[in-house]
Amino acid sequence: MKLELQGITKRFGSLVANDNIDLVVNPGQVHCLLGENGAGKSTLMNVLYGLYEPSDGRILVDGKPVTFRGPGDAMAAGIGMVHQHFMLIPVFTVAENVALGDEHTKAGGILDLDKTRARIREISDRYGFDVDPDALVEDLPVGVQQRVEIIKALVRKAEVLILDEPTAVLTPQETDELIQIIEELKAGGTAIVFISHKLREVKAVSDVITVIRRGAVVGTVEPIASTGELASMMVGRQVSLSLNKAPATPGETTFTVRNLTVPGPGGQNLVDNISFDIAKGEILAVAGVQGNGQTELTEAILGLHPHASGSVQLNGKELLGMKVKDIIREGVGFVPEDRKVDGLVGSFSIAENMILNWYNEPPFAKGLAMKPAVVLKNAKEKVAEFDVRTQSAEAPVSTLSGGNQQKVVLARELSRPLNLFIASQPTRGVDVGSIEFLHKRIIAERDAGTPVMIVSTELDEISELSDRIAVLHGGELMGVVPGDTSRDVLGLMMAGMTAEEALGQDASVPGERSSATDGRRAAGEEER
Amino acid sequence: MSAANRGTNADAASEDTAAPPPAPGTGDTTPAPNDSEDRGRGILKSIVTGSSLVAILAVVLSIILGGILIALTDEDVAAAASYFFTRPGDTLAAAWEAASSAYVALFQGAVFNPRADSLALMFRPLTETLTVATPLILAGLGVAVAFRAGLFNIGAQGQIILGAMFAGWIGFSWHLPFGLHLIFVVLAGFVGGALWGFIPGILKARTGAHEVIVTIMLNYIAIYLVGYLLTTPSFQNPGSANPISPRLDDTALFPQILGPQFRLHLGFLVAIAATYGVWWLLNRSTVGFELRAVGANPFAARTAGISVTKGYVVVMMLAGGLAGLAGVAQVAGTEQVLTSGIAASFGFDAITVALLGRSHPWGVFFAGVLFGAFRAGGVQMQTLTGTPIDIVLVVQSLIVLFIAAPPLVRAIFRIDRKKKSNGQKGSKNQMASGGAA
Repeated sequence: MKLELQGITKRFGSLVANDNIDLVVNPGQVHCLLGENGAGKSTLMNVLYGLYEPSDGRILVDGKPVTFRGPGDAMAAGIGMVHQHFMLIPVFTVAENVALGDEHTKAGGILDLDKTRARIREISDRYGFDVDPDALVEDLPVGVQQRVEIIKALVRKAEVLILDEPTAVLTPQETDELIQIIEELKAGGTAIVFISHKLREVKAVSDVITVIRRGAVVGTVEPIASTGELASMMVGRQVSLSLNKAPATPGETTFTVRNLTVPGPGGQNLVDNISFDIAKGEILAVAGVQGNGQTELTEAILGLHPHASGSVQLNGKELLGMKVKDIIREGVGFVPEDRKVDGLVGSFSIAENMILNWYNEPPFAKGLAMKPAVVLKNAKEKVAEFDVRTQSAEAPVSTLSGGNQQKVVLARELSRPLNLFIASQPTRGVDVGSIEFLHKRIIAERDAGTPVMIVSTELDEISELSDRIAVLHGGELMGVVPGDTSRDVLGLMMAGMTAEEALGQDASVPGERSSATDGRRAAGEEER
Repeated sequence: MSAANRGTNADAASEDTAAPPPAPGTGDTTPAPNDSEDRGRGILKSIVTGSSLVAILAVVLSIILGGILIALTDEDVAAAASYFFTRPGDTLAAAWEAASSAYVALFQGAVFNPRADSLALMFRPLTETLTVATPLILAGLGVAVAFRAGLFNIGAQGQIILGAMFAGWIGFSWHLPFGLHLIFVVLAGFVGGALWGFIPGILKARTGAHEVIVTIMLNYIAIYLVGYLLTTPSFQNPGSANPISPRLDDTALFPQILGPQFRLHLGFLVAIAATYGVWWLLNRSTVGFELRAVGANPFAARTAGISVTKGYVVVMMLAGGLAGLAGVAQVAGTEQVLTSGIAASFGFDAITVALLGRSHPWGVFFAGVLFGAFRAGGVQMQTLTGTPIDIVLVVQSLIVLFIAAPPLVRAIFRIDRKKKSNGQKGSKNQMASGGAA
């Protein structure tokens, strides 16, 4: 099935989310949509999937114009979509989830799952999915849940499969497996639309790359284009992807964590007996798949987990048991993982957010009274220094783009004398242009002699910033390895191997890595 | 505050990047336990902090609808309508006459009465309005300030009663010199209300008990508590079987600021001062910064080292204290004795006042004055035109209804939502792009 989009335009009021976009997806082809957050990729796919009606333009299936009034129409036409956030019911089995919305019934309206089970086994065998139709979805790893989503689409006879940011939640190994699956599907004649902003995997997986910027197609390129080329197309200007940071000159060790444990609600430990040190002038990067204890680790250090046990010492002072406010006043800078939820008060002005955890200190307040003029002056200075793009420092922070919001958080945290700087996902959702700037600021803080801890799920960011890398899995520390450790070793550690095991396995079976991984590795080398 | 819940918030925002309307059917696989509560809070937040334009239009719309209702229930209109098809003009004229005369009477009863004997008396209705507005403003501030910290204080009624109880008891059982006595009365009223606010605040902070439930229940406790105390010797007027306290000492009463022919008392100035005080506290003080942060985003507040639980307790005590001052205005201003009906329905009207005032101190002030005018003028309207005073309640209720449904008001007045809220929408997109890593 050949799918064509011709001149698709989608307007929301005065905002043009998609501007005259042409796209051709051929059978057996992986067509990549590359673009920054907010470039209009998702809007385009929602138009294609029948969730939005295009303001202009048309969709053709095998040369015939079609109109989709909803996802049902799109599915009937052979288009399947795997959303970034899975649409599965955790307490249902795989078969029940797959059947949902398209149930077969026996006489008397009794649910008949046998056909669905058979279809799942058939598809699973054909593409090597290894999915048990009777497993509960909540028991499955994320990578397998994603396969269930793909099966859902295939059972409905999808010939065009849209994958929206499919690798965001996967380990590097799971990503490799997904790429394998994509290859299989491709060989079977399915067309794939792969949406991503990650250059490396886009290059590894795609046959054609269409780059979208500000709602318009800026070009269609072959995957042989260099990552630098793709990045500048995406951003619209030259970007340097590597920082060439100076080697670290670690000073004395001022931050030590010993046997830190954070109990979880179900009896299991979210952070399990973790110990590590960070020296002055050094960046320790914490790698791991989302949800393996990183969030709780950083929150425990900031004093947000009252039941944490063990020891967290900064300059010889025990932080565990202290109030958050006092820990902040010990000189701990903290960039939370989710800035919208934990880092900023959306309805507050930029100026107020710039002092969110320093509001009652001089010069911003004297006694009970705050000094709005000083607060505003401070904000104006920081807006200029950190290049926050805004009309006014008094505008609500929620009016800023993600990258600028993150600049506000970093400006706040880096503007006071620090003894420790912790940043979780410092560049998540930030445009490529701002990433460079934010990384430079973090390195500058390191070079000023502050111990720095970075938590990231993006291996690119980890290898870019780290002097040493700590890998977490299931709340446990898998090991602390040097900053130049290979992605494969890190991937194995993220999947639950200790550093020794991972190094051993990587050395023993070098030939068994998939071709996709080699492609990814090659891309990585090229980037450096 | 669970991880799953926070995930859902982020996901909801990240589902699309460049498109204002949220894509239907996208969401998270893990249902969050607190999702519905958060959504409820979101609705409450949008109701209470909506745009002032919507508030004003809601009032206009309610008054128009009230006028139609007045016309529909008017006897002359009904009589004219019986021959509507022969002379429709009569019906319309009668309807106009009914509605306009009712509102004119309302205005004369609430602001200015040209038929009074002296100029001072002509303005008597306005002073009545301000007198009635005083407890409404104070209690409305109590509801509003709690809301700014993210709490829905339904307990103003009970807090008014407790404030009146404490203030009244000091007023009739202590005998102190002029000035000092009143100060003690005012302080006692504040403390009484604050106590009734402290209970839901501490329960919320320590156990997570929902403040709406607790404050509603405390209203009943307060009503029955004052009813009981007024049958005991320490509160009941000696020599009377009625549940009424002795009259407060003259030294304990708010002086009448415009002389004895007007009921307007010093409590009104207290209300003005309280409005300014709350404004300053919320917008210019560190305490207000904390409270607003807790209300707008408790997660970020916690991460910034602000104690959310302490914020809940502090704001509920402040809210209760303000409502308690409303009780003082009643017992030491207009009523001068403590009765079980001392709070009338001020505690509930205060919620409406806070809604209409969008939880901004000066908004609450003017909303309080407007509702005071409705109450003061309603009586005049009933006596002069026979329009039942209940129509005022209907208008008040309609105001709440319209404020609760901003899209309805926008649709009626054809306000282009997109044009008006473009900036806000843009921000949502940008927020969304933050989540979609």
